[in-house]
Amino acid sequence: MCSMSYAKSIIDDIFGGIRPAARALERSASTIQGWYEAGTIPQKHWVDVTRVAKDFGHHLTPDDFYPAKTPATSSFGYPFEKLHCLSIDDFQRPDIETLLTLGEHYLDLNVQKSPDRSVLKGKTLVNLFFENSTRTEKSFEVAGKRLGADVISMQVASSSVKKGETLLDTATTLNAMNPDLLVVRHGSSGAPALLAQKVSCSVINAGDGMHEHPTQALLDVLTLRQAFATHGGDGQIDGLRIAICGDILHSRVARSNVKLLNMLGAEVRLVGPPTLIPTDADRWGADVFHDMKTGLTGCDVIMMLRLQMERMSGAFVPSKREYFHFHGLDRAKLGYAKDGAFVMHPGPMNRGVEISSDVADDPDVSLITQQVETGVAMRMGILHALSEAQDKQMDRKL
Amino acid sequence: MSALSIINARIIDPTSGYDGGGTLLCEDGIISKFGPDVTAKGEIIDADGLICAPGLIDMRVSTGEPGRENRETIATAAQAAVAGGVTSIVIMPETNPVIDDMSLVDFIHRRGEEASVNVYAAGALSKNLDGKTLTEIGLMSEAGAVMFSNGAQPIADSRIMRRLLSYSASFNALIANRAMDPSLSAGSVAHESDFSSRLGLTGAPAAAERIMAERDVALAELTGGRLLIDMISSAEALQVVRRAKSRDIEIACSVSINHLALNEVDIGDYRTFAKLDPPLREERDRLALLSGVNDGTIDVIVSAHDPRPAGEKRLPFAEAGAGAVGLEVLLSAALSQVADEKLDLVAALAAMTCNPATLLGLESGRIAEGAPADLILIDPHAPWVCDSDKLLSRSKNTPFDGRRMTGRAVKTICGGKVVFG
Repeated sequence: MCSMSYAKSIIDDIFGGIRPAARALERSASTIQGWYEAGTIPQKHWVDVTRVAKDFGHHLTPDDFYPAKTPATSSFGYPFEKLHCLSIDDFQRPDIETLLTLGEHYLDLNVQKSPDRSVLKGKTLVNLFFENSTRTEKSFEVAGKRLGADVISMQVASSSVKKGETLLDTATTLNAMNPDLLVVRHGSSGAPALLAQKVSCSVINAGDGMHEHPTQALLDVLTLRQAFATHGGDGQIDGLRIAICGDILHSRVARSNVKLLNMLGAEVRLVGPPTLIPTDADRWGADVFHDMKTGLTGCDVIMMLRLQMERMSGAFVPSKREYFHFHGLDRAKLGYAKDGAFVMHPGPMNRGVEISSDVADDPDVSLITQQVETGVAMRMGILHALSEAQDKQMDRKL
Repeated sequence: MSALSIINARIIDPTSGYDGGGTLLCEDGIISKFGPDVTAKGEIIDADGLICAPGLIDMRVSTGEPGRENRETIATAAQAAVAGGVTSIVIMPETNPVIDDMSLVDFIHRRGEEASVNVYAAGALSKNLDGKTLTEIGLMSEAGAVMFSNGAQPIADSRIMRRLLSYSASFNALIANRAMDPSLSAGSVAHESDFSSRLGLTGAPAAAERIMAERDVALAELTGGRLLIDMISSAEALQVVRRAKSRDIEIACSVSINHLALNEVDIGDYRTFAKLDPPLREERDRLALLSGVNDGTIDVIVSAHDPRPAGEKRLPFAEAGAGAVGLEVLLSAALSQVADEKLDLVAALAAMTCNPATLLGLESGRIAEGAPADLILIDPHAPWVCDSDKLLSRSKNTPFDGRRMTGRAVKTICGGKVVFG
């Protein structure tokens, strides 16, 4: 969090607050207030601030005006050496900490808007989406571009696959382009894992069938850490009671989140009608509830899932009306959870089906906007970590 | 007169329970004498203590001939068969065109005459396997079809199944039906369990198998038809068969060797080579099926040989084809279970020799004076590693690739001629 607010520490620690700083720098208090709130000081004032600070006995260097240095890609002494991001199972706890630390680093808008573009310099990121997606694809595109990569987006849903090209034919075509990072979304579980065996670059699973969506789980956890840190907690997931509600059966987000939240020590609950809960889900390390009232009792976080109409080949629930009545999140059902509980949703939402608009749009409880914002930062962090692991591996080979 | 003698063999005949050392003499392709006091003549093979057993009869073999010769031809299947100790194969009707009339039964027989093993045809139960229109079961039986099957798909319509069983009863024809409720298992690619739902794969519950097995048992009881419940894979379906047999309903049931040797964990990491139909189920199912063979509830072990080229397998799991080649691993995988003390040797051999022979009405599958000299020499302890590249089948899709196996056929004799080893 330190990187977010270097202006604060300069103003408080050197000048002794906003008003003394305004007097010393001969600027209006509102200007200083602006810096204070933004956490940064515009570059044109750096010379002035450095000069005046000297009078107060502090020697500032340009480094002090830059946010914190990019964190190292290691946690607890374990270097991050994973080449793919296919499933939460790929990662150990230190890897997760590394990814979250990097994600947090890029969450700082100053870092995000003027990041170190050499991180992915000269690297090619290919977005390969066999299913339509807007937010995930664009968020990877922005993340790649901000870190200096060349980004190519391929919409395969509408092209050669219809002509009978198999996934591995596509892999061969891709290999010829020598990409470094491949972001894949596919309608079949395990498709990115199959690609990873056949391409010579890092593969990032951006959602495969009903299997996993690991980057979404990571960004959900990063969002939660931020939310609990700003609300007076220590930002730890450990010990939180988190309910994942709705269409668990078809949800890759739920599968990734159950694994990740369990790893981080949360008490995970799955709440949904029996037809939308997978077989033996109680053996996933989560408690299963079919009733929102008992399921949400005492929860710190409620993660709502989208009712995936497009994957429903049969009748799973009788009607949207009945679904909303028993399993949609409204004010009344939110009341079963702990006071101050947060609500999340991976989007896109079916308003009035799984969540009511007044809950979704209430900034005091809803983290849905933050989830979208965190998406780019978390993905920058993931790309950064994988790219460094690639470079390290390359160095070892040389 | 050609003669062949196998000396110093441990002769095992699962039909009579005979198990003793000695010499076996074949003359003109027929077993003429066997026992400790037989004098060898003609060509002599020294078995050096190995097991001499009847050649295996595999009741469920798919080839690509006619129609999909890139998968397998009858000739390549025969090569694979003899290498695995199989001397008789029954070809499933799922070809293109479907074996649903006499001329195709005849075609299979003619192609089979050139092969080094005995080739029999299974006729289709319904025209073009549509599940609705009865085929000429009587005429195909006369033409030599040994059984009738609807391939991978069951006869879903109970009324059609009832008619098939009751019509075929007058020809004493064997009707094989897959135990699978088509709507309950629609769209499934794996066994429904905690394991498959973590992988995000749609599963078929074991209940889908049980429901169809119960229905077919009820219809067999109603009509008096001869029913074979084709390839059960779950403990639940085994219970159905066990109860039916305890009530003296004459049904038979088969299991594939894959389901005796593998379980659902083998599909971990989306190994499409272990994607099978029926799907691999849990370890408790596998153990139940093994005990079913040992106590005789399960009559037949089949290879479920289903050759698929790599292109049909190297796809995302849900899109990949189901099935595995099995002719070359059938005996070895069974012997490996014997070596693990999970399977009884004589029960396993019976399920691959005399039991299918009885069901199909074949002379082979036993060691008896006057029976065809279809024989194998087995080394039950030979260790080897299955290497898919070395398989003789045209397609190499085996889930056993890289596995350590115990036991194999070292010599295969079909019609008194050495065809392998």
